[in-house]
Amino acid sequence: MTSLAALIPIALFLGLCGLAAFFWALREGQFDDLEGAASRILIDEEGEELP
Amino acid sequence: MHCASCMAKVERGLEQLPAVAKARVNLSVRQVRVAHHPALTAPELVAALEAIGFVSQPRLEDAGPAASAVRPLLAPLAVAGFASMNVMLMSVSIWSGADGGTRDLFHWISALIGVPATAYAGRPFFASAWRALRRLHTNMDVPISIGILLATALSLYETMTHGRTAWFDGTLMLLLFLLAGRALDAMMRDRARAGVDALLRQAAPGALVLTPEGELAWTEARDLEPGMLMRVAAGERLAADGEIVAGRTSLDQSLLTGESAPVPASVGEAVHAGTLNLDAPIDVRVSATGEDTSLAEIARLMEAAGQSRSSYVRIADRAAGLYAPAVHTLALASFAGWMIAGAGLYQSTVIAIAVLIITCPCAIGLAVPVAQVVACGALMRQGVMVKDGSALERLARVDRALIDKTGSLTMGRPAPDAIALVALSQRDAGIALALASHSRHPLSRALADALAGHSPAPLTDVTETPGYGVRGVWNGRPAALRRPDSAGTIAVALDIAGEPVRLIAFSDLLRPDCRTAIDELARLGVPSSILSGDNARSVAEVARAIGLTGQASASPRDKTEAIVRLQNGGHSVLMVGDGLNDGPALAAADASIAPGTASDAGRQAADIVFLGDSLSALPRSLRTARRTMRVVRENFALAVGYNVLAVPLAIFGYVTPLIAAVAMATSSILVITNSLRLVRAAR
Repeated sequence: MTSLAALIPIALFLGLCGLAAFFWALREGQFDDLEGAASRILIDEEGEELP
Repeated sequence: MHCASCMAKVERGLEQLPAVAKARVNLSVRQVRVAHHPALTAPELVAALEAIGFVSQPRLEDAGPAASAVRPLLAPLAVAGFASMNVMLMSVSIWSGADGGTRDLFHWISALIGVPATAYAGRPFFASAWRALRRLHTNMDVPISIGILLATALSLYETMTHGRTAWFDGTLMLLLFLLAGRALDAMMRDRARAGVDALLRQAAPGALVLTPEGELAWTEARDLEPGMLMRVAAGERLAADGEIVAGRTSLDQSLLTGESAPVPASVGEAVHAGTLNLDAPIDVRVSATGEDTSLAEIARLMEAAGQSRSSYVRIADRAAGLYAPAVHTLALASFAGWMIAGAGLYQSTVIAIAVLIITCPCAIGLAVPVAQVVACGALMRQGVMVKDGSALERLARVDRALIDKTGSLTMGRPAPDAIALVALSQRDAGIALALASHSRHPLSRALADALAGHSPAPLTDVTETPGYGVRGVWNGRPAALRRPDSAGTIAVALDIAGEPVRLIAFSDLLRPDCRTAIDELARLGVPSSILSGDNARSVAEVARAIGLTGQASASPRDKTEAIVRLQNGGHSVLMVGDGLNDGPALAAADASIAPGTASDAGRQAADIVFLGDSLSALPRSLRTARRTMRVVRENFALAVGYNVLAVPLAIFGYVTPLIAAVAMATSSILVITNSLRLVRAAR
């Protein structure tokens, strides 16, 4: 019972973190171009865009 | 643009331009967004892209896609998923025997997650149900909303009175599946629309305007005003109606009239937006822009024709119309039945809610969109884009096809006759290629394309005289590719000094697979005929070649009337067309298909747009549409079959939450699995 009292809030908190992360990603537009995102990983960066 | 290397090429290529700050490709919609210095104009960007090897069109902002219907659904979907997983965890503990204080605690936590989550994730349904109720209609969302609200309220009551069961898990699961179906539905429409949208707005986004100070400035079409003087180069489309004030040329009006032969035009003649200037630059005094052009007039005719099609009821809506009242009656009847049997108000309500929840139209809600998403994805991979899910439903019922000639059966652009090309010697072909490659005239470009395999001859002193041709010097002898002295058809003359003039005739080639596609349509029970605005002679020529009957010289109004006549005769008509003059007919037909090279209006009015040249897209779309409808019917059978099994159990009060949840999930998964069979449907 005592372990439950700790585990349930922890589980819920972690779930909420995930949900918050999803909302953030949604707002950042990470779902706007799913096809492009899949292909973009194949582009060789020539270091010009890296800071 | 279809892979990572294209993306990299476009982005890097554009970013090398000094005036470009940033270029970002969106591969899903095949667009590139460029942040650039205001001095850089759209045509310069297009030219830059062409230098990298990509054909592009600037896109007007106001032609942007309608706001995506998927995005607002994603957040509720995520919330419903999160909440249902957590609540389900609690429920499993309760089902496996937790009771007393633990059960109450779990119920309270479920309520704490479930109530706000239901309120948030259920909004799309509540809003739609409310809209329907306010207009005294019902739709599928009404029983869903009532079921969810009642179940949530009763669960809360149970929780507060230390009851044995609560249904937060059931309602959240229901929301999850329904939202998933809705999101899939929206995704399909979006995806296809985005693809089509990227093709839209190809013709004349603007024009070079000659200012009173004598300067040339690029002006977007919406900023053009009557009285302005625009300079239209050879090979450019007109952005507005007007009158020629200087220059003499021939115009390709096939977009407006369907007539493929060039029409000569000189000073004083009226010209229309959308026509292509072929020979020489002209100055045009703008008389009408935007809404006032004859182009817009046809668009209005098209809109009127489109009204008739919007009355079409989609299968899903028809099912909902039958389903919602049936479910309501059933729930009400079981409530009344148990009351009469003396079960008490509380137990009767519980059973009525169980009936409402277990008849959850999850599977029915998924039946149509999943099948259509999968089928449209399959077609998309074959270069066929479906703009609207209901197009597949309408296309599947089609039993007559009317096909426009110019641009639909034929390529819509002149190509040199193969026989004339073969007759050219290796040397002549080299000279012709070298001359043609110096000009941007459509005939020269077509000739250069056709002769691409040859090696161009070395030329000096090449000059182009607009409206006349290209001349140069080869081995000390003057050579010219010029307008023929007299010719009944479209042709160019290859004139090498001291040798007889060679005439290269041009004609509008039939699309590849034309014959086989038409034959296959006929085998599928859809006989075709030609409906063209072009003159009788050229229609007869094509009709003979393919073995079809045809109607020639049809105005946009004639075409619409021909379709309505067939429809009144009980036929379901498929229209295939590309031109602006086909727009109203495309909108009036039961289903319509346009090639990707079609005019804006054509693509806008058509349900389906195919890329590439081959006409085999027609039978392919038809076959896929029919298979999709077969799968949709199977899906409905599965979903209804599930209800027939589950509903009696619920009515007689045997349904535990576990059984309800498992049954619900199973029926939805069955429907999804069945729909996945369409993955290869478009092969």
